[in-house]
Amino acid sequence: MGSFLWAALVPLNHPDHYFHWHFLEISAANAIVIVLMVLTFVAALLLPFPGRRRRRENP
Amino acid sequence: MSTEIDRQWTTRLRKRSFGKLPPEKMLPDTQPSYVASWIYVFGVATISALIVVIATGCILAIFGPEWWHVSNIGHFVNSLHLWSVEIFFFSMVVHLWGKYFMAAWRGGRAMTWITGMFLFLASVVTALTGYVSQTNFDSQWISTQAKDAINSTGGGAFFNLLNPGQMLMWHIVLLPLLLVILVGAHVVMVRIKGVVPPFEDDKPATPSPIAAAPIAAESTGAPQ
Repeated sequence: MGSFLWAALVPLNHPDHYFHWHFLEISAANAIVIVLMVLTFVAALLLPFPGRRRRRENP
Repeated sequence: MSTEIDRQWTTRLRKRSFGKLPPEKMLPDTQPSYVASWIYVFGVATISALIVVIATGCILAIFGPEWWHVSNIGHFVNSLHLWSVEIFFFSMVVHLWGKYFMAAWRGGRAMTWITGMFLFLASVVTALTGYVSQTNFDSQWISTQAKDAINSTGGGAFFNLLNPGQMLMWHIVLLPLLLVILVGAHVVMVRIKGVVPPFEDDKPATPSPIAAAPIAAESTGAPQ
């Protein structure tokens, strides 16, 4: 049942979606992974690290 | 005057190894305060994913293709192997971006950067040999497409993507061995030189008070 619902949410039984822009061509799956990596990179720079304040007070 | 024991290769190797990398430097108790940032976790995340990749790969090697194609638990372990590879590359790329923008080759760390670059390239080849070792239509498609790229480099004479036995051996013996050796060298070099400091900490010891003020609270951590 769970796998059926998941398959309904993300239907994968079809050819890949592709984005075309001039000479660039990239699959939707690869584009999503690249966007997620960029978001993770930015979040890693901006989000506070647990215990950072304590480390500053007790070097 | 050196004794016979001092001249033994084991003694010389031990003294040289512990001189360069004493145990307290190999397994330190503390890290500099600037390491308390999420951007520093992706190297360890990559190694953690690699451990899962190797562990699931060992299970796949024990039971074989019929098992991973047919049984439910085989599908599950096969998926774990795939998704841990996805996390491995994801973490490695974020780690690469972080180190690139830190210019992490500063302070005599060029070889750390270079081993990381070779690790990335070797990982790509390992992933390719894995994709062509799936024993399904996907692996046939990938091998027939990729062979042209390899042949155009002249490497097809000894690295034949249409030879599944050769590709499987590269995937489960040679390339994992190379990766583990390179990861070991990479980590040892990080431990010898320490984690690369932020640009502000890399300046000479007597910077102007205005430039030094904002970073003073950041740089009070334990020495490397």
